[in-house]
Amino acid sequence: MKKVYANAAEALDGLLHDGMLIAAGGFGLCGIPELLLQAIKDAGTKDLTFASNNAGVDDFGIGILLQTKQVKKMISSYVGENAEFMRQYLSGELELEFNPQGTLAERMRAGGCGIPGFYTKTGVGTVIAEGKEHKDFNGETYILEEGIFADLSIVKAWKADDTGNLIFRKTARNFNPPAAMCGKICVAEVEEIVPRGALDPDQIHLPGIYVHRIIQGEHEKRIEQRTTRKREEA
Amino acid sequence: MAWDRNQMAERAAQELEDGMYVNLGIGIPTLVANYVGDKDITLQSENGMLGMGPFPYEGDEDPDLINAGKQTITELARTSYFDSATSFGMIRGGKIAAAILGAMEVAENGDLANWMIPGKLVKGMGGAMDLVAGVGRVIVVMDHTNKHGDSKVLKECTLPLTGKGVVDRIITNLGVLDVADGGLKIVELAEGVSEEELRSSTEATIVG
Repeated sequence: MKKVYANAAEALDGLLHDGMLIAAGGFGLCGIPELLLQAIKDAGTKDLTFASNNAGVDDFGIGILLQTKQVKKMISSYVGENAEFMRQYLSGELELEFNPQGTLAERMRAGGCGIPGFYTKTGVGTVIAEGKEHKDFNGETYILEEGIFADLSIVKAWKADDTGNLIFRKTARNFNPPAAMCGKICVAEVEEIVPRGALDPDQIHLPGIYVHRIIQGEHEKRIEQRTTRKREEA
Repeated sequence: MAWDRNQMAERAAQELEDGMYVNLGIGIPTLVANYVGDKDITLQSENGMLGMGPFPYEGDEDPDLINAGKQTITELARTSYFDSATSFGMIRGGKIAAAILGAMEVAENGDLANWMIPGKLVKGMGGAMDLVAGVGRVIVVMDHTNKHGDSKVLKECTLPLTGKGVVDRIITNLGVLDVADGGLKIVELAEGVSEEELRSSTEATIVG
């Protein structure tokens, strides 16, 4: 079992094909698989569908694949902060499927757990419910949402061991575990690969069964909204 | 006279009880955190955190620690982190006691519209639809009228809905209204606002 690869391009070798569905972790620019996205850009794979909460900004995250027109469709909950996205969407070049954020997360988790569909109250009575099966349980109406089964998952974690056990850091965990779970193959980029046994088994956030290839790399980790408070004078 | 943004936030903070887990939206709802006083309130950030702390001091920003508005924040001694599916599991599962959110329109039956204006740039609903469908109590904090002076408290929403029949209480610059049978019930008037003034600024049916 060799899971550790030298770099993002090698880790993605043989996994990319035009028209594929990729589930990507991250929230805004926090915890996004920035190295793997760059490698997909370099590979030139086209007509991609991304299941990802956001679409990055113009020059970072999935935004870099929008600039090269490699993305056909986004499945997202929020796509502000990205002018090129809006341009392509309004001109009809890019398809967009809005999912409520929790529905998107649960669609990924369900896909990874072998659950093809689930009922939720979220979106009942809104445009999200149009065309979807409605069913009542205990007097309340729910809609049917489908699990996401991705061709490939790309995620970012803090630490991994060589068996693919992952630990995330603070709110950079976000969509990464559910995104990792829903792919046929998952590639994870991490800040540090530690020796087997160095991670406390009780503290693993995502077991290595979900992770097939791993790379270690330097991350820019860009901040989208830097907000601070003033230090009180002593 | 009517309430300003901070007074609206202060009034909304009165809705929170000791021990509650609460989700605050962007805008005036964020200010509510400044007025919880001694109450033991745990703030949820739906990107995967319970126990959200204040903004960091300059130089202490951590790119791995942001809130749902993508702003840098800090953790507290009580903080826990989790993934997005778990986060919305606790929202959908009714574990979050209340959400305080802004709105574009609210209707007398509790319908809420706060995510899109047709013909204008659509950014997405984010977690708003999940929150209003899942949390125990939905409290809207907003100006009573829009910048043209038209009521935002309506008989029926004109904008695409975020949730149907989901709002429990509306706090505006003019007062506090509850969604009740047949229309809205006046709970409280803002300082210096007459009942007549509130009624004339409200398109929705007021039942008492």
